[in-house]
Amino acid sequence: MTTTKLKPAGDVATHLAAAEAFANSAPGPEWLRTLRRNGVTHFTELGFPTPKLEDWIYCNVAPVTKLAFKPAAGTDAGVTAKQLAPFAFPGWTGPRLVFVNGHFASTLSVLPAPQKGVTITNLAAALATGDQQVQAQLAHHAGLDASGFSALNTAFIADGAFISLAPNAVAAEPIHLLFVSAPGDAANTAQPRNLIVAGANSSAKVVEHYVSLGGAAHFTNAITEVSVGEGAHVEHAKFQEENLEAFHIATIQATLARDSRFLSHSISTGARLARHNINLVMTGQGVDCVMNGLYAVGGKQLVDHHTVADHAQPHCGSHEFYHGILGGSSRGVFNGKIFVRKDAQKTDAKQTSRNLLLTDTATVNAKPQLEILADDVKCTHGATVGQMNDDALFYCRTRGLGEVDARRLLTHAFASEIVNRITVEPVREHLEQVLWGRLEELIEKK
Amino acid sequence: MSKPLIEIKNLSGGINGKQILKGINLSVRPGEVHAIMGPNGSGKSTLGYVLAGRKGYDVTGGSVTYAGKDLIELPPEDRAREGLFLAFQYPVEIPGVNNTYFLRAAYNEQRKHRGQEEVDAVDFLAIVKEKMKLLELPEGMLKRSVNEGFSGGEKKRNEIFQMAVLDPKLAILDETDSGLDIDALRIVAEGVNKLKRPDNATIVITHYQRLLNYIVPDFVHVLFDGRLIKSGGKDLALELEEKGYDWLIGKNGK
Repeated sequence: MTTTKLKPAGDVATHLAAAEAFANSAPGPEWLRTLRRNGVTHFTELGFPTPKLEDWIYCNVAPVTKLAFKPAAGTDAGVTAKQLAPFAFPGWTGPRLVFVNGHFASTLSVLPAPQKGVTITNLAAALATGDQQVQAQLAHHAGLDASGFSALNTAFIADGAFISLAPNAVAAEPIHLLFVSAPGDAANTAQPRNLIVAGANSSAKVVEHYVSLGGAAHFTNAITEVSVGEGAHVEHAKFQEENLEAFHIATIQATLARDSRFLSHSISTGARLARHNINLVMTGQGVDCVMNGLYAVGGKQLVDHHTVADHAQPHCGSHEFYHGILGGSSRGVFNGKIFVRKDAQKTDAKQTSRNLLLTDTATVNAKPQLEILADDVKCTHGATVGQMNDDALFYCRTRGLGEVDARRLLTHAFASEIVNRITVEPVREHLEQVLWGRLEELIEKK
Repeated sequence: MSKPLIEIKNLSGGINGKQILKGINLSVRPGEVHAIMGPNGSGKSTLGYVLAGRKGYDVTGGSVTYAGKDLIELPPEDRAREGLFLAFQYPVEIPGVNNTYFLRAAYNEQRKHRGQEEVDAVDFLAIVKEKMKLLELPEGMLKRSVNEGFSGGEKKRNEIFQMAVLDPKLAILDETDSGLDIDALRIVAEGVNKLKRPDNATIVITHYQRLLNYIVPDFVHVLFDGRLIKSGGKDLALELEEKGYDWLIGKNGK
């Protein structure tokens, strides 16, 4: 394998200068200014990850670092509601918060009717009003030093979504967070920072949706922190359908308290390079969480999922299902870590990763990574990589379906298994439309 | 006497170059039920797969004429569209494909092939519900994925349910009785019997005589080492049950 030698100082110089300038000048309370400066410090030390690091071995981010770094200072006023029409979920009646280049665009957004105990706004607004939850929770879940990207995002904290639920509050409708990269010749960089705080026994469904309006390369470096309180129930669906020149690096970091439920979906079809870190930490007993994922890529796309189910407490269940569909010369990476700490007895962890290769030139690296320090646990994992199932193909044909139709049906079915776990119907409908289109392309171009 | 629906002449073939069928001769006319019996490894399932057109199962000699056409030349889907149906010994699970959706897609492919209009979801449901009664199937099964998580008995019933909906001219039932308890066996067999008409035919491939108490064959053939070594009426099955296969194999042994 080839390793690319990055000289951290040289490559990060422009990024570092921009981060320092921003951290030194951006407004905000003192704690936030300190946080940003800490981000700069960590970024100085870490630089960008190189393929020499185990977590980045199959994910060479050198092209990201070579892209012109233009952190957006604010929203792009040129974006119109009409341009966003393709990204609306059919029949959606709930709130939609739109972020352009990482900054809240109020004129494009639909905020919900006020609801007691439910705050749905943008981070900049919450900071302006001095919402106590922001200081109490922001950067308390995701480590600044997880990677250079996390540090960089932290140095640039300015805006993103902020959702906060008081104990027992139930968000009336699912919430659509739409992150739009504005069109333009110059590559732009968006670094949204999202925070979801669900109080005890509260409940919400949130959809994080990343799209591009133009075809030019751009860079999204996002972090979403989720705090799920005792007995709370959060469903989080992320759908990344950025353009095929884009670079998308993102972390979802969730802390799950006693008896909470967390349902995570990650659907990734877009971007030239997409890296998704999804880390769930179970800090109380009786947590039940699901990690559900689907990637469908082609051409020269690279999609990399690194997931962590950290069983820090006993009696928790984690169930992970990832499906990959790969055409062209695309590459998929799935690294699923299950960490069962010493006292986490009666852990029930299940992980399945299945990959369907549509061509001989597509590749997948699927790796379960189990670290089990307790002795009374149930952990299962399985990873498969392969071509279409001949038995199923033949079965379909003996019922009268033509070979091409049978292949199409089975490929769609493989995707549906994942999509069907999303409980928000308009999201499923949108996904099906986009995915089916994408799958048709992949099947035809094979 | 009517013309044969399928006429197998001196058929030989096998899997990936390995010769398994060594000259099979069999004619089945509309209205007839034929049973093919034989010990394990005699080539029963291979015959089913060769007739259905499975990849890797090659014909090396002989011919199969089905409804006036050269069957071997047709891809599996065209055989199905021409009314040939194979009920699998091990029905395949297809997660993510709704049972009703799957069956409607198959049904409409066959209608298109016959130049008929496709049936919409509402009309299809009416057809399906009618046929479900035949197999005493719970309606919940329609909403599930094809065969996924079905018990052995449910899978076999689902095969016969598909057969009921697709209404084939020639059905080949491959070990449909294996893995069924006596109640499920009775339901499946009654379903097959109700579908019997003067213009269709059935080939029942089985290891045991038991199924033939319920689906009474007009002809019984014994397959051994790739050849039909004995043919007779339904009494032959009883004789086999009593004496086993050894007395026949002895006569025809290698």
